[in-house]
Amino acid sequence: MDDIVKDFLIESTENLDRLDQELVKLESSPSSKELLASIFRTIHTIKGSCGFLGFARLEKLAHSGENLLSRLRDGKLTLTAEMTSGLLAMVDAVRQMLASIQSSGQDGEEDYAALIEHLASLQRQDNSSAPDAALSIDDPHLASGKTPDQESTHPTAPANSSGEQLADPAKIGGVLLERGQVRPEDLAAALEQQEIGRKRLGEILVDRGAVHPEDVVAAQKAVEARNPDAAVETIRVGVNLLDRLMNLVGELVLARNQLLQFSSTRQDAGFQAVSQRMNLIATELQEEVMKTRMQPIGNVWDKFPRTVRDLGLSCGKDVRLEMEGRDTELDRTIIEAIKDPLTHLVRNSIDHGIEPPATRQQAGKDPAGILKLRAFHEGGQVNIEVSDDGVGLNAELIRQKATERGLVSAQHASRMSDRDIFNLIFLPGFSTAEKVTNVSGRGVGMDVVKTNVEKIGGTVDIQSTPGKGTTVKIKIPLTLAIIPALMVISGRERFAIPQVSLLELVRMDGGESGKGIEMVHGAPVYRLRGRLLPLVYLNRELQLSGSHSDKHAEDSASNIVVVQADGHEFGLVVDEITDTEEIVVKPLGQQLKGITAYSGTTIMGDGRVALILDILGLAQRAHVISARDSALAEKNKSAARADAVTDHQTLLVVQCGDKGRIAIPLSLVARLEEFPLSAVEMAGPQEVMQYRGQIMPLLRLSRVVAGAVATAPNAAGDSRLQVVVYSEAGRSVGLIVDRIVDIVDEKLVVQTPAERQGVLGSSVIQKRVTDLLDVPKVVRSVIPGFAESTSRA
Amino acid sequence: MASTQQFCTFFLDGHVFGTPVPKVQEVIQHQEMTRVPLAPNVVSGLINLRGQIVSAIDLRRRLGLQDRPAGQLPMNVVVRTNDGAVSLLVDEIGDVIEVEEETLESPPETLQGFARDVVRGVYKLSGRLLLALDIDRIVDLSDLNKPKGNRDF
Repeated sequence: MDDIVKDFLIESTENLDRLDQELVKLESSPSSKELLASIFRTIHTIKGSCGFLGFARLEKLAHSGENLLSRLRDGKLTLTAEMTSGLLAMVDAVRQMLASIQSSGQDGEEDYAALIEHLASLQRQDNSSAPDAALSIDDPHLASGKTPDQESTHPTAPANSSGEQLADPAKIGGVLLERGQVRPEDLAAALEQQEIGRKRLGEILVDRGAVHPEDVVAAQKAVEARNPDAAVETIRVGVNLLDRLMNLVGELVLARNQLLQFSSTRQDAGFQAVSQRMNLIATELQEEVMKTRMQPIGNVWDKFPRTVRDLGLSCGKDVRLEMEGRDTELDRTIIEAIKDPLTHLVRNSIDHGIEPPATRQQAGKDPAGILKLRAFHEGGQVNIEVSDDGVGLNAELIRQKATERGLVSAQHASRMSDRDIFNLIFLPGFSTAEKVTNVSGRGVGMDVVKTNVEKIGGTVDIQSTPGKGTTVKIKIPLTLAIIPALMVISGRERFAIPQVSLLELVRMDGGESGKGIEMVHGAPVYRLRGRLLPLVYLNRELQLSGSHSDKHAEDSASNIVVVQADGHEFGLVVDEITDTEEIVVKPLGQQLKGITAYSGTTIMGDGRVALILDILGLAQRAHVISARDSALAEKNKSAARADAVTDHQTLLVVQCGDKGRIAIPLSLVARLEEFPLSAVEMAGPQEVMQYRGQIMPLLRLSRVVAGAVATAPNAAGDSRLQVVVYSEAGRSVGLIVDRIVDIVDEKLVVQTPAERQGVLGSSVIQKRVTDLLDVPKVVRSVIPGFAESTSRA
Repeated sequence: MASTQQFCTFFLDGHVFGTPVPKVQEVIQHQEMTRVPLAPNVVSGLINLRGQIVSAIDLRRRLGLQDRPAGQLPMNVVVRTNDGAVSLLVDEIGDVIEVEEETLESPPETLQGFARDVVRGVYKLSGRLLLALDIDRIVDLSDLNKPKGNRDF
């Protein structure tokens, strides 16, 4: 294809994108002459280029649009919604023709006769109702403080808009005027002449003898000094070139590292100085090149005014779009990846969120709904929010639908918080829309949004207040090229695990680990806070030899990396966990693409190559995840068993002894009771009490949990007992604690391994080290065979 | 006028193999490699070639020859392919030689198996034979991913 045609295509595509926005803007301010002029110019340019390049059909179409626009510009017509739609349809048609030119070099067979006729009829409309039209023309002028009379004394309307520019100090004319070097009349005339011809203003003025050439030169300098940006120019650079630059800079940085190492072994001051400079330059270069890949999110958002307008019209809703933080920059690969999810969210908000104007008025809201897009940087991540002030989500309806479709059990659903309920709409196969429209409501969508966002290492959260609106929050990393990862060693090989898949690390020392890992039909599992975590031995899965955990088999496997893939948690057993690092992701060669266990490779600081594990692929290989359906069912089952599935756990923190803080998962707590000391009776050596018609054994936690400093009973003179009731299979046991401290909702990270009997490990809760109680174990250590007769297994 | 072509030659288990010079990006010393578990055994690992990650294919294994004796370090012949650079591990690197197209003969009928697929022809040099390899065919490992069939290497 000719370079000229290529340039034309690139330029026109950009212009069309701008047209979309400007037309939508024009609808809200139909009197804006600048907008009209700009739109007219764009169409005019396209038309002109087509004629020149010989695309007759395209030219004809653009011409029909131009005719309508010229009447609008001249004030002979006022813009109606119908006209905007017609013009937008023309923009779409032009776009299609451009696509056809791109693929075939021709402007296609379609001549859009109907559309051209429609545009022509729109243009004729006013001829039949000229008087009305004349009336409506006056309105904009009245609004801008001018009378029709004033208008008629200045026969050249365009000069009027230029007249406003006259005093613009950022333009050469303005500078001259300001300095009194030119008379306003001369300037106005020259501006008019400039619109017709191609000469520069300064030349025209000099030609007319209205100004001294020296003054023009001086004014030109002043203009340049006033807006330095005017001197900055942009050029087009291919994305491939930028990517190559990025790779080369990566290589440069590696070479730089080697050079620095080398120079430190030399006693040559001159050499060291040079390599230091080289170091600084390379770092700066790297930063700058990284910037070239960044694009403002506005590039994606620019499409939305049109989307919102069209959807609003077709749904009969009045929607106002607000954008905040459109300059927020993101890596261009991420920009590409979030385009579709964002579009979907916007459509959803309009279709389901914002109510029709009448309903809104009844609810006492502004008939026009507000759709707000917001983007900002926070904590090394980009946050994008899509919020509307519409009807909000109906938690009851979602709960009901989710139960109906078997996505969660009724019992579990009733216990879920509204926030958790809202997040159910991200499950596949969920839709609350009562009717399917062509916009949304087909039950696919929100899960796709979630999948797409998670694919690029992001998270989605939804918040909603009934009647007030809904906000979807997306958090995504700044760049895909560099990700934080945990480095592990298995079978003497290093692997990187992307941080996004990581939940927690569990380390067990030799002795304890044997007890932690149990077998279910040959499949290893680990009891993590009372639930079974399937384990995958990385060395076995990857068929590595020479791993020490292979030799000693299960008994010395000591590091479990708890990861999640597709909503499933499992433990990856590795030999060693070394460090977290920011790694640069590089693709795998063609020869290795077929291996699902890896998502890419990276080069470590020492120059060696390490593989990046694909947790989802590994999970599938290891059959942790089988079919999606059964996976979902499993999730529900485990969710129903205990709330522990969520990574946040609600914990009861109690005090035992002077300093011992112990946490108990709240899901294991049946009741909290307070009894008088006198209620305690003895059954043999065991303290018991009568509780709801049962004899409930009592345990003094401070005695049971080894290591907790026991206080003398009632040291404080208390005559009441604080009892945490734990129930299992209809039997209860009371745990006597010194004090109930708090109930907290925390993400639990077990930091130190369990060393003592009955303790799963220690964690930092509310900034204090707290032991996590292994309740079933503790109970059985004192009452062997507790609830065994009616075993739940 | 006989047309000639420059060939980069290398040795594998005593045989001389070669590929046209424009195919070869560079020849480098043995590099430390990162093993790729689960990969076909012809892939010896990954090397870091100035920031670019390149798969290394052991030509001996790829051609069904016996493994290199322990302790003998291979050389890397980095070749250009449609999917970027790939390193071929060879025993030793030979000279760049000029061969005449006239001396080319198709591989003998007795050459069987996979080797027959990847040897494009044999150049008769004075005193020895140069086997010309089809590099693109060699680096395409898709035949290995198919169910194990009748190939015996």
